[in-house]
Amino acid sequence: MRPAFRAAVVTTIAIAVSVAALTAQSQKASTAAKAAPAGKSWTMPKTPDGVPDLQGYWTNNSYTPLERPKGVTKDFYTKEELKEVERAAAARESEQTEPGTIADVHYDFTQFGLDRSQTRLTQNLRTSMIIDPPDGKLPAVTAEGQKRAAARAAERKAQGEQYDKVQNIVYGSRCIYAGGSPPMMPPGYNPAYQIVQGPGVVMILIEMLHEVRVIPTDGRPHAPASVRSWLGDARGHWEGDTLVVETTNFNDKVAFRGASENMKVVERFTRLSDDEIRYQFTVTDASTWERPWTAEMPFVKINGPIFEHACHEGNYGIANTLAGVRQAEKRAAEKAGEAEKKSDK
Amino acid sequence: MRARCLWAMVLAAGLAVPALMDAQTPAQTAPYRAPRTKDGKPNLNGIWQALNEANWDLEAHSAAPGPFWQLGAEFAVPPGLGVVDGGPIPYKPEALQKKKANFADRMRLDPEVKCYLPGVPRAMYMPYPFQIIQNTEHTMMVFGYAGALRTIYMNKTPAPADSWMGWSNGRWEGETLVIDTTDFNDLSWFDRAGNFHSEALHVVERLTAMSPDHLNYEATIEDPNVFTRPWKISMPLYRRVEKNAQILEFKCVEFAEDVIYGHLRKVPLK
Repeated sequence: MRPAFRAAVVTTIAIAVSVAALTAQSQKASTAAKAAPAGKSWTMPKTPDGVPDLQGYWTNNSYTPLERPKGVTKDFYTKEELKEVERAAAARESEQTEPGTIADVHYDFTQFGLDRSQTRLTQNLRTSMIIDPPDGKLPAVTAEGQKRAAARAAERKAQGEQYDKVQNIVYGSRCIYAGGSPPMMPPGYNPAYQIVQGPGVVMILIEMLHEVRVIPTDGRPHAPASVRSWLGDARGHWEGDTLVVETTNFNDKVAFRGASENMKVVERFTRLSDDEIRYQFTVTDASTWERPWTAEMPFVKINGPIFEHACHEGNYGIANTLAGVRQAEKRAAEKAGEAEKKSDK
Repeated sequence: MRARCLWAMVLAAGLAVPALMDAQTPAQTAPYRAPRTKDGKPNLNGIWQALNEANWDLEAHSAAPGPFWQLGAEFAVPPGLGVVDGGPIPYKPEALQKKKANFADRMRLDPEVKCYLPGVPRAMYMPYPFQIIQNTEHTMMVFGYAGALRTIYMNKTPAPADSWMGWSNGRWEGETLVIDTTDFNDLSWFDRAGNFHSEALHVVERLTAMSPDHLNYEATIEDPNVFTRPWKISMPLYRRVEKNAQILEFKCVEFAEDVIYGHLRKVPLK
């Protein structure tokens, strides 16, 4: 997890310090108090079209892991325990930029607002995002899922070394897919979202890679199965005050936690207060996991606006890395040539 | 700022006035009244698309061969009558030279080849659909190509930094959505013909519904570093009326990576 994240950060050189990240800091103090469900006086805000209003700028920024950590046996931390978990996690992140280390050459996480603790954290007391299975762990992987994982690993190996060509580098570093959606997992940085609702449609802007999800809520069927994409094909409907979004038609490169392209994600957005949306999602892929699994996390309010994250356009990291590796190869070849000459003498 | 004052004087002197008068009075030519959103504004929600050759060349042009003979007719340039009001784009002489150099080296320089964000106004007439989503505070424009997005702030919001898509503030003038966009970088182009701008670009767009299924789109383009005066493009945008119309993801980075990084492969491409 850590190395992949770091690689993404290192090459995603397009500087994208979000305003949300910077301004949210001031809100941090008031976060914890508002996380509780709404009191009786609060009424669900509605859009002019009469559906629950989810609009605004939100974050799911968090140190909460998807799976419950080893040795943790309870569902929830106390507030004090969470504080300690966050402190330790923030310390680990800032260690990446210890002066004089290699990581320090790339980024000063703290200076650029990239470490998670500088943005508003959601203060999720859960010990894992996964709430079902109840042990907080992913279900067992099917035989087919294991076979697919092995085949994918073999395919990657056959492509050659990571820096032989751009196609061998992970999608995150190439600004193609940063695990944003769906399900919308908190990224390492740029954890900002904007929801805009029009008639019969909910739009979610994901700051990371400026991904935009346009979710029709007009009851139309999914696109044909031959139309595959990174963000999948989303269809929404309202169940009471909850927005339910079903997404299918993923391409086989998304491979979320090893899933196949047949993965189905059902997300449930419920506004609990002015400050919080409860976000739940259920992942179903019978060819990968022995049973569906469900996770939950809060989205909390932050200040906008969201900047343009022109990641690909500013991706100097890929070109510089590849050029550096080619240069190293050239030098190594020259050295080998000299050594050969010497031994000939 | 000073350049803008100068232009105002030029306009006052009567040059290019007829074209701009048209731009300011779309209501006279558009008696159509659009349906309203629940908050009472003209309802432009929907999926729209230009149907012209503007992305090949904003100016009037003949048919021409494509840049690679291997592509035959498939990437040949279709002829177009142009979308620029009143003749050629008023380039400064040195800027015209740069435009010509851009065209000559377009396969290396056109940001579209590299799947870069299209900028404004180019995003509006690329040959792909885009979706308008309105709420009271924002008018969003979602493009399939490159996952581009425009946020039009309906409550004036200052630009935080320059960007590819610029910073857009919008307002309603009767039936017309007027969008004022500034704070561009100097990296996007207007079309595949090498028409370009500097970071001083200022675009004022006017979107007016002319019928249930088409909008009039106009953009006045100002850039004192590149042009001798403001100039205007105009075209209709058509609703994608298919019942199942939707913006499909067109992430093109993967298709452009060998263009950008191919020379850095361990085993060079042939």
